[in-house]
Amino acid sequence: MRRLGAVAVKELRQIRRDPFSLLMLVAFPAFMLVIYGFALNFDVRHVKLAVQDRDHSPASRELVASFTHSTYFDLVATPGPGTDLDALVERRVARAVLVIPERFGRDVAAGRVGVVQLLLDGADSTTAATVLGYARALVSEANAELVAGAFARAGRRPAPPLDLAPRVLYNPELESTQFLLPGLIGLLLMLTAVLSTALSVVREKERGTMEQLRVAPLRTFELVLGKTFPYLGVSLLGTLIVLVTARLLFGVEIRGPHLDLLVVVLLYLFGALGYGLLISTIANSQTFAFQVGLITSLLPALLLSGFVFQIRVMPPWLQAITYLVPNRYFLVALRGIILKGEGLATYWPQVGALLLYGLVVTALASVRLARGEA
Amino acid sequence: MRVVWQVIVKEFLQIRRDLRMIPVIFVAPVVQITIFGFAVNTDVTNVPTVLVDQDRSAASRDFVSRFVDSGYFEVVASEEQVEAAERWLAAGRAQLGLVLAPGLGAALGAGRTAAVQVIADGTDAASASIALGYASAVAQGYGMEVQARRLRAARGGAFSPGIGQVGLEPRVFYNPDLRSRWYYVPAVLAMVLLVMTLLLSAMGVVREKEIGTMEQLIVTPIRPWQLLVGKLAPFAIIGIIQVFLVTGVTMFGFGVPLRGSFFVLLGLSGLFILSTLGLGLLVSTLVQNQQQAMMGAALALMMPMILLSGLIFPIENMPPVMQVITYAIPLRYYAEIIRGVFLRGSGLAVLWPQAVALLGMGLAILTVAALRFRKRLD
Repeated sequence: MRRLGAVAVKELRQIRRDPFSLLMLVAFPAFMLVIYGFALNFDVRHVKLAVQDRDHSPASRELVASFTHSTYFDLVATPGPGTDLDALVERRVARAVLVIPERFGRDVAAGRVGVVQLLLDGADSTTAATVLGYARALVSEANAELVAGAFARAGRRPAPPLDLAPRVLYNPELESTQFLLPGLIGLLLMLTAVLSTALSVVREKERGTMEQLRVAPLRTFELVLGKTFPYLGVSLLGTLIVLVTARLLFGVEIRGPHLDLLVVVLLYLFGALGYGLLISTIANSQTFAFQVGLITSLLPALLLSGFVFQIRVMPPWLQAITYLVPNRYFLVALRGIILKGEGLATYWPQVGALLLYGLVVTALASVRLARGEA
Repeated sequence: MRVVWQVIVKEFLQIRRDLRMIPVIFVAPVVQITIFGFAVNTDVTNVPTVLVDQDRSAASRDFVSRFVDSGYFEVVASEEQVEAAERWLAAGRAQLGLVLAPGLGAALGAGRTAAVQVIADGTDAASASIALGYASAVAQGYGMEVQARRLRAARGGAFSPGIGQVGLEPRVFYNPDLRSRWYYVPAVLAMVLLVMTLLLSAMGVVREKEIGTMEQLIVTPIRPWQLLVGKLAPFAIIGIIQVFLVTGVTMFGFGVPLRGSFFVLLGLSGLFILSTLGLGLLVSTLVQNQQQAMMGAALALMMPMILLSGLIFPIENMPPVMQVITYAIPLRYYAEIIRGVFLRGSGLAVLWPQAVALLGMGLAILTVAALRFRKRLD
């Protein structure tokens, strides 16, 4: 135990001697959270819309007004006839162009379907799909009004047949920050825990001090625990700062039991630190350790964890791979505890998976370390 | 020139000696692009839905089948009580609950308004709002049909003249099927170039400092600019190779069309590499060791750049202040170039402002970095 403490103290001194890296480890997560919280969202508003109204009938003007009066679209241009509409889109003057043909008003008045065209920049498919959804909603609203008008002319005012009442749980304002925050914690812990452990061991290898540690009277587990405990502390500090920042700046509260949150974070860190050690037993240079860490832990944590992109729409083989990504389990439990106010009991499969992951990687790393491959 | 060449050769020898780096340099982009191509899918389909049908009438079943047939929802369970459905949402096993209260069929039959409740797990705000949009579209479509039936009944079956309607005919440019893959896969080119050139150049210089060989290089009869060009050129060459590699995988592996000219893409990629090499060099003059270089380059520089460049999150959605900041990020212009050349088929006639911006920023950053670099050599 005393020897373990000695290794930990040595590691802490080394961390302290490099204030820049320490600052990055502790303050960077909060910095990222601020960027995320303020800058990043998928909420599409104020889409640049150009309108070419060749009809100039009351019906066409009403349709245009319903587009421009919504908060979804901002009217940026009204190109006259003969304008190259494609160029408007290619030069990204407008993201969408609404074209209303000459016969539109007559068609609608005669009880036919008046077709309007929407030219859309599809390069950004996500935004385009959302824009298309808005346009469809506006058109179907216009149609509902036309139906109501027909009823009125028939002398009847019937009740609308369906009333859809949405009730949104946990995040009633549908703010993306609430959703991204737990994912961000997972991502950042992955970064600090995996990378800093991996680098700290590889650095000793690179400088040749690892051999000194080997000949010192230390058992493998003492070396392992002594090297990882300081980073556990640093990572926990980073988590705390993120949670406080989220509470103060974005009003994200922890609704579930704090103790359960701590348990999940610790379990996750157990696996992440173990994985960092495992990398360090394979890598010989810091550059290599960093690249491997980036590709095998950060990239999956970003893309294959359900952080932003949903797992269930991925192809089956990739879904199978996501079962190996600890963030997948961590995020479900973390979101549940922070946003839904649930306890650990609801997430026992996730907790079990995290525990198993931690045990396996730590065992692998210890075996390789004991064999002296580090 | 011969001196520069020797430094380049030395640098390549060093890269080759660290044999494990070679797969990282060439396998990593392919892994990244594969994961990106398959994982990044923002289409919302098969939303797992819990059904609570307390009405159990022909009308409620009809409505449910309308929901399922839309293709957006997948009923994963049926419950009797709303509370039980909410448990599914809490455990994260369903995202939506569809509640049809008793009396729905009766209300529809009697010409009254029937209430339908949709419960959504709002934690994933983006997909929840899209799913709610689908739900309301399905409900609206169903409502219109019922309404039309009632109107027909009121007119005694006659349906003439019809009701005038607006039809929307979307024409989607560049990506007609709205495949998110077409949008995201070319973005990998930017990320790979950024990570490889910036990180490698920062590490390459710092490593010599750390090992102490920088001083040896300083005492050799090499001018600072020769040393600089010699050290940076290999990374530029690796970057250019990556452009070929990643473009090939993007086109032939993922079927993303390259509608513009490859040479425009290559040339503008070169301009982008100027700024990434400059940034890498700048980082190397600011830090003491490799770990700091990685932390600084990867965390403080690359992550915010990727997030604010519009590669993943659209710039238009950011608050105005942030939008202004994005103009200072070289990656922003390169992201526009990549999407312009790949999907819109744009050439220099459209993309020259981005090209000028990249050239200007690249030269400015390189100059600042080189000046700092020289000072340290003296």
